[in-house]
Amino acid sequence: MAVSSEHTVLQFAAPSGVAESAAAVLSARVHPLVIFNICDCFVRRPDQAERVIGTLLGSVLPDGTVDIRNSYAVPHNESTEQVALDIDYHHNMLASHLKVNPKEVIVGWYSTGVGVTGGSALIHDFYSREVPNPIHLTVDTGFSNGEGTIKAYVSVNLSLGDQQLAAQFQEIPLDLRMVEAERVGFDLLKNTAVDKLPSDLEGMELTMERLIALINDVYKYVDNVEGRTSADNKIGRCIADAVASLPKFPPQAFDKLVNDSLQDQLLLLYLSSITRTQLSLAEKLNTAAQLL
Amino acid sequence: MATMARSFLQAISTEETAPPLRVVQIEGLVVLKIIKHCKEFAPTLVTGQLLGLDVGSVLEVTNCFPFPVRDGDEEIEADGANYQLEMMRCLREVNVDNNTVGWYQSTILGSYQTVELIETFMNYQESIKRCVCIIYDPSKADQGVLALKAVKLSDSFMELYRNGNFTGEKLREKNFSWMDIFEEIPIKVSNSALISAFMTELETDTPVSQGDYDRLRSSTTPFLENNMDFLIKCMDDLSMEQQKFQFYYRNLSRQQAQQQAWLQKRRAENMARRAAGEEALPEEDPSNPIFKPIPEPSRLEGFLITNQVSNFCSQINGVAGQNFSRLYLTEALHEN
Repeated sequence: MAVSSEHTVLQFAAPSGVAESAAAVLSARVHPLVIFNICDCFVRRPDQAERVIGTLLGSVLPDGTVDIRNSYAVPHNESTEQVALDIDYHHNMLASHLKVNPKEVIVGWYSTGVGVTGGSALIHDFYSREVPNPIHLTVDTGFSNGEGTIKAYVSVNLSLGDQQLAAQFQEIPLDLRMVEAERVGFDLLKNTAVDKLPSDLEGMELTMERLIALINDVYKYVDNVEGRTSADNKIGRCIADAVASLPKFPPQAFDKLVNDSLQDQLLLLYLSSITRTQLSLAEKLNTAAQLL
Repeated sequence: MATMARSFLQAISTEETAPPLRVVQIEGLVVLKIIKHCKEFAPTLVTGQLLGLDVGSVLEVTNCFPFPVRDGDEEIEADGANYQLEMMRCLREVNVDNNTVGWYQSTILGSYQTVELIETFMNYQESIKRCVCIIYDPSKADQGVLALKAVKLSDSFMELYRNGNFTGEKLREKNFSWMDIFEEIPIKVSNSALISAFMTELETDTPVSQGDYDRLRSSTTPFLENNMDFLIKCMDDLSMEQQKFQFYYRNLSRQQAQQQAWLQKRRAENMARRAAGEEALPEEDPSNPIFKPIPEPSRLEGFLITNQVSNFCSQINGVAGQNFSRLYLTEALHEN
């Protein structure tokens, strides 16, 4: 699978019948769960393996982006000449995953490490037999450039005239997305260890502290603009928008609104306290009741 | 060899007394998987298996896999077991911990205390020494709260359940109340260094996160309405249970009155007979239906419902508290 170095013109084959699927893979979206999975598999890999290879599951959205939602590792053997992938394992895991979520199908494969090697081309070939246009994701767990790069590639066929020469891995834009529910837990997931999950009120406290910090920053900035730093019109406009977005209420209407809501909340609080008292009373009565 | 054998036996015998479970340590990976699975299938309730290690007083959960949703019950029994074995075998090959340490399930508005939960627990407890159930509530994620809880049955409750009776006598002896059924265990989240390095880099520390936006949103009315709705339904159930008890007690007292009356009659008869010189009839008559003991209804349902009600109350309290802070915040902002 060597890339030819002749000076003839290499052209990208425009696949005739399959134009939609090939041209439509514009970008890919990755959920953080996939990254977590890959890192976890990498940490648990058997000692002699240098990298981990696995399958990516997800779906193709109607606008052409590929949504990568899940992944699993596949045991493989790699040596300088050849790569062997445990295909039975791959099919078994796929079947199991499909039982849970039939909408998540194979969309590609991943490997850890930087760049694309010769062996990767073979594996990509295997995966392209399963899926028309697989995505190849590389996750750099070695942090070789001083940062962990995650890249996604699609293979494009290079042909010379009518003859198919090689396949080139072309990088496509990648997007790291998170669903809201995952975002909630995300603050927890950044540290190596969190001692306890924050309760509602603690989360509220944290949020309010952040809000106060933000407001203070804006205040300081505005103060500085008067004297020291130069004014940036865009920021000024943003601040003006933010301040103007507070709804304009006449004070009585606003007070009434706030008081009404306060009273509603108090009512609920009383109700729940009454229920609680009722529960403990009922329990005492039930178990303490005896007959002569 | 003999010394080694003895120390081995000693080791086994000292393993009986395991320290009590103090904390559940979950990996970030498991948290994300649970969130994803429960959210995808909401509002259907889903379950999955937890895998990990049991180390001293810490239960480590390192991986998990979801269970497929069951449509019908008959053919899927064997399928479900096969699926589990298959998954465990495959995960073993990639060096994932193969130990089942419990299961997770999603819930709606936190009403998870049901008889099925208890039965599943008892089933698991037979094969595993320590297991835990993780409850995740996807509906609270809209408010910016990660509602993850680790629950296990208390030992005293398990003994009672095994003996199978929940009469008032027994419960009074052990001073057992509805709060003693479930024990909540604190959760600790841990991550490998590699993952946290990735995450910190991919998602830089912004001063404000989406969770903050969600928390500051003041429209919690649908959540509160649902909670109140469930609360009212549960109170209805609770009152039904209590009516059962009242019925039982009334029957019991009526039966006792009947017994007394019958006994009086017998005694009068006997006195008459003795006066007439005949044999006295026995004072008891087991064949008489008024002597049949009435079974006392089990209090288990009542306790479970009480637990649910208390749960709803705490949730309402929590949300109301948050709302207070939000309202005062808006008031302060408006004044400026």
